[in-house]
Amino acid sequence: MNEEFQDLYREIILDHNKSPRNCRTMENPDRVVQGKNPLCGDNYKVYVKLDGDTVSDVSFEGSGCAISKASASVMTEFLKGKSIDEVEKFFNLFHEMVTGKLDVDDCFDEVGKLAAFAGVAEFPVRVKCATLAWHAVHTAVTSEEAEASTES
Amino acid sequence: MTTPKAPFDVQKIRKDFPVLNQTVNKQPLVYLDTTATSQKPYSVIESVSNYYINDNANVHRGIHSLAARSTKKYENSRQKIADFIGAGSSRNIIFTRGTTEAINLVATSFGSTFTAEDEIIVSLMEHHSNFVPWQLLSERTGCKLKFIQITENGELDMNQFDLLLTEKTKLVAVVHISNVLGTVNPIEEIVAKSHNVGAKVLIDGAQSVPHVKVDVQKIDCDFFAFSAHKMMGPTGIGALYAKEELLKAMPPYHGGGEMIHTVTKEGTTWADIPYKFEAGTPNIAGVIGWGVAIDYINQIGIDKIHDYSDMLTRYAIEKLSTIDGLTIYGNAKNRGAAVSFNLKDVHPHDVSHFLDQKGIAVRAGHHCAQPLMTELKVDATNRASFYIYNTFEEVDKLVEALKEVKAFFTF
Ligand SMILES: Cc1ncc(COP(=O)(O)O)c(C=O)c1O
Repeated sequence: MNEEFQDLYREIILDHNKSPRNCRTMENPDRVVQGKNPLCGDNYKVYVKLDGDTVSDVSFEGSGCAISKASASVMTEFLKGKSIDEVEKFFNLFHEMVTGKLDVDDCFDEVGKLAAFAGVAEFPVRVKCATLAWHAVHTAVTSEEAEASTES
Repeated sequence: MTTPKAPFDVQKIRKDFPVLNQTVNKQPLVYLDTTATSQKPYSVIESVSNYYINDNANVHRGIHSLAARSTKKYENSRQKIADFIGAGSSRNIIFTRGTTEAINLVATSFGSTFTAEDEIIVSLMEHHSNFVPWQLLSERTGCKLKFIQITENGELDMNQFDLLLTEKTKLVAVVHISNVLGTVNPIEEIVAKSHNVGAKVLIDGAQSVPHVKVDVQKIDCDFFAFSAHKMMGPTGIGALYAKEELLKAMPPYHGGGEMIHTVTKEGTTWADIPYKFEAGTPNIAGVIGWGVAIDYINQIGIDKIHDYSDMLTRYAIEKLSTIDGLTIYGNAKNRGAAVSFNLKDVHPHDVSHFLDQKGIAVRAGHHCAQPLMTELKVDATNRASFYIYNTFEEVDKLVEALKEVKAFFTF
């Protein structure tokens, strides 16, 4: 098996795929957004609870491939306690990292565990998988839309 | 399990397909996605480039030699295609961009007289191309859509079909061979029963023409849609077969050049069939290449092609069934060369991405059949499909790689 592929499915991704964190329905969320990847059928609901402009809780449920599920899981852990501005910032950072526009070495300190997804840049067909939950959470905190897609 | 003997020299055939001679991710390419599109032999590729090198001219629009030559080759192809599916006459063959456009042509033209009183029956195993056009027609005209259910084995529920058929049924549209389940549907029975209530029948033959001997007059269907690219021909070209009296009665599909008889300020009269339905400069190179693909199939023999694909499919099913946690979707008695499956707890995307690292190309996704995915209660499946250039060793490679996938993802 080649190295890039091994790297992509590092332990962190396999682990979060097997035991996803914050994978649950949320009681009384402030925002719920459905994220769908029409090409492959990945489908997640992302729930957000806000305290002022801070994400006090975020969770998800649904189904999809290992990359999309692990990404949703790592994202929920990462975003808890972040402000809406920070969600926006990391949404952009994450997108740039997985599309190879940003070298992970240049943002390693900032992105922490999200760096596990840097390997996606080697596989353009998987970018939509990795960013689906991010699109949903971004839509949740920046608009009134109830649906997000990676096509936007 | 010993491998059965191929009815032709597969290694020799493989040499006809330049694309197969490459490595993907440092491994020899194993192409198991013919159901999405087949590979093309040299003869087809060369016929397309030779057309542009030697003959390029518009068809039916000139007296000069090149125009005459390209028109002749173009119409010869139409005749070959007509003969290949037993159409009787080349007048019954209308060129389209593919199966999808052929079905849309019927929905737009034949469907134009439908009303809220009329009913269309489609099955739940249809490709979106034989599903969405009918939904659009239903939205336009108010006609009602009814659905044939699928049994456990992945066959059409023919008892339930009997109950759907009424005097109101205007059209029954079903797939001949499913691109997901592999099921070969009893289309002759469907046609006979539908005709009994006065309904017309459209058959989606995208997956059948490449694999089985099709005789549209024997089937007695009213419409039959198929694509060149699934049978080693070029992309962007396909055809609709339809019965002559229907084509004569149906209004044109697109307006433009080629499809007219006389155009005046006051109005236009139509060209004779099939030209009435072929507006604009057609895909001439595609048509010529398609004719050469049919020559290629005829040289091998469609029956041998069927037998060999069937051997590979049965071999694959037997081997795949030995993998713990692997589910195969569709277990029809009569089946084609596509096998859909899932590995427990591993999403098809991850499976196909892993297989790609081994040079193995399979399809992962909903296969343009979301209503069927809903019936199967899955989001997506993997699909391996087989054709004349595949080998038993390639099936073995698939099976071994799937065992590795399991180990990798379930650690
Ligand atoms: C059963 C079936 N019907 C219709 C189609 C659509 O064919 P095309 O994309 O060539 O129009 C396909 C191929 O994808 C198919 O497998």
